[in-house]
Amino acid sequence: MSFMNLSYRYKVPLWGSFLIVVSALAVSASFMLNAYNKLENDLAIESEQLGYSLKSNLFSAMLQDDVWRAFEIIAEASQRPASARVHVESMVVVDNALRVVVSTHPKETPMLTTMGELGAEFRELATRISVMSGEQAKTVYLRHSKHYYSLTPISKDNTRLGTLVIVHSRDVFLPLYADSAWDALSVGGLILAILLPFNWYWGQRMALPLVQLAARMEQLGKKWPEKLDPALYEYHDELGSLFEAYHHLLKDLKAKETLEARMVQSERLAALGQLAAGIAHEINNPLSGMLTAIDTLKYHTDTSPLTQKTIALIERGLNQVKETVAALLVESKVKSRTLTPQDIEDVLMLISPMSSRKALHIAWHNSISEEIGLPATCIRQILINLLMNAIKAAAHQGEVACDIGIEAAQLRISVSNNGKMLTEEQIAHLFEPFAAFSEGGHGLGLWVTYQVVQQLGGNITVSREMKDRMNFRVTIPIENET
Amino acid sequence: MKLLSLLRIFTLCWTLVSGMALAEPATLRLGITPAMAHGQYALLEEWRSYLQAKLGRPVEFIFRNSYQEHVDLMKLRKLDFSWLSAPAYLESRPYCKLLATPLFQGRPYERAYLIVSADDHTTHSLLDLKGKIFAYADPSSNTGYLVPLHQLQQAGMDSGTYFRKTFFTRDHQKIVAAVAIGLADGGALSGFFWEVLDQSRPDITRQTRIVSKSAEYGMPPLVARSTLNKQDFALMQKVLLNMSTDSEGIRLLERLKLNGFAKTSDRLYRNVFLMMKREGKL
Repeated sequence: MSFMNLSYRYKVPLWGSFLIVVSALAVSASFMLNAYNKLENDLAIESEQLGYSLKSNLFSAMLQDDVWRAFEIIAEASQRPASARVHVESMVVVDNALRVVVSTHPKETPMLTTMGELGAEFRELATRISVMSGEQAKTVYLRHSKHYYSLTPISKDNTRLGTLVIVHSRDVFLPLYADSAWDALSVGGLILAILLPFNWYWGQRMALPLVQLAARMEQLGKKWPEKLDPALYEYHDELGSLFEAYHHLLKDLKAKETLEARMVQSERLAALGQLAAGIAHEINNPLSGMLTAIDTLKYHTDTSPLTQKTIALIERGLNQVKETVAALLVESKVKSRTLTPQDIEDVLMLISPMSSRKALHIAWHNSISEEIGLPATCIRQILINLLMNAIKAAAHQGEVACDIGIEAAQLRISVSNNGKMLTEEQIAHLFEPFAAFSEGGHGLGLWVTYQVVQQLGGNITVSREMKDRMNFRVTIPIENET
Repeated sequence: MKLLSLLRIFTLCWTLVSGMALAEPATLRLGITPAMAHGQYALLEEWRSYLQAKLGRPVEFIFRNSYQEHVDLMKLRKLDFSWLSAPAYLESRPYCKLLATPLFQGRPYERAYLIVSADDHTTHSLLDLKGKIFAYADPSSNTGYLVPLHQLQQAGMDSGTYFRKTFFTRDHQKIVAAVAIGLADGGALSGFFWEVLDQSRPDITRQTRIVSKSAEYGMPPLVARSTLNKQDFALMQKVLLNMSTDSEGIRLLERLKLNGFAKTSDRLYRNVFLMMKREGKL
């Protein structure tokens, strides 16, 4: 799997860590390089100063060909105090012909030998010396050499007698450099120790909302994603906007789904209503005929007792059919008087006996104070149906709340009760006739209520409130007939 | 030129100083060369104090690099006594007279040692060192210069070109050091100094090998300028000769690795004199 396909959760911290490590390395390397150059420079300066301090005495010793004095000068100068940073391994004085005049280690660098005979490094030094001009000392670092060399012209008044070669061991260089390098590495380490955990935390912190958002976006269309903790990301940058957009999207989708579900439900209920009304009409016509015929037949005296009995049986059956059909045929358009506050208070009176049987507490709130342009019969029917259902569903000694009022030119009825809760499945089919969950009754109460509300151009919804409370809400637009 | 003017200033200062000290007994000045001092300045200071006490006169040691400078100072009466090499004494006899000769191993004699590095097993005489680097003590030295020069001369060699390179160390014991570290392939020095060094620093002498020892020659004498008054001469001679008779003197002599001082005559330096004659130095 390529790095780029990794989760942001790892990619962001990893990428950050990589950059931090690179930066820390670069900083450390620059420190180390700096320390290296500084050390080289310092050692060069110290060595050149040493050479410079000797050159005047060496000049006069060479001028007088006083080999022994020259030897004593360089031998004494080679004995550096233990505290000195620059230690001298050996010193060699060469003349202008690049021959050894004197050296602190005559056995290795015998007097009068030419530099060319003293090995590759001295040969290289010889070429460097031959191109040197002026009185300026020079420090030479040769590649792969265990030594470094400081070359000091032994000159006075532009007269050069030779060159002092100070040989230093690079062995002292490394411990000195290790000190500086260790400092540099510590700085790098410190940077890493501070930035890496911070980066990891920050990277995770940045990536986590994105990761969770992505996971939820993936779930969209398959199922409703889990809820996203709003505290996960509460800033208003681009990521914050993404979160807001996601929440909007989710809200829109939910609203759309609810709307679709409601449309499906109302279409189904409308179809059912039409079907029921159609069947009811079709049944009503022959039923009226049959009932008239039975009625006529009843008054014929020559019928046997068995026939009489049968007729009575048929009549009862037909009457039941009539009642049922009448119940299915919701007719709200019947002319009715308008609703008065007293009509609503009457309902309370009507249901009181039922509620007291279950010792229920009725929280009644009616804010209607004047006549409203809505058919009183229909509204009363709606209210009675809802309240009876609520009383039926309420637990013993439970509570039924009823709130009636006017809001934005709409009559608003809210009936709620505690007790048995309806499932989502039940809610989906609540307003259909002969609903399977209906206990007692013909299961047409809510169907009728729904039909009446629909015919009045209103809306009925049911929702679960809190943990144990079902709430039916009805809104009906008030026609301003006055 | 510079040196000369410096010397003039120095002389002027010195005249002023000695003029001011006129009321005090005159200071006796003894010249010491590096060859004689060989770094033992604390010991010399003790010896100076000793002489001062014995003489009842202030004593000053004057240090100059070469014998020649001592002779020059004596000519200028800036120096009363000096410890010279035998050739330096013989060369400047009109200006100085023999005061006393130190005794080494009870006798006023020394030998010249020819030394090479202990690693050198092939050199058996000076004649094996042709084309090598050779260290002398001082151009005015007997054992450290004149003797090997004379040997070469005797062998028919041109001492000027015989060695590839020669140099002077001024101090006999430094010849041993120069040979030991390999700066010189060979060197000539007074046997006295080699033996003294052998006692104090055998680690250095062990790095060298004595190739040959020369015949005996008189030890470097202590001399007085010829213009010095007799009392001062006699006083100094007495103090030196009596050094071996008092305990403090003996202690100092022991540290100087000498047995005492003896009154000698020019006969002691006859060999040196003859050599110098042959070398054309006189």
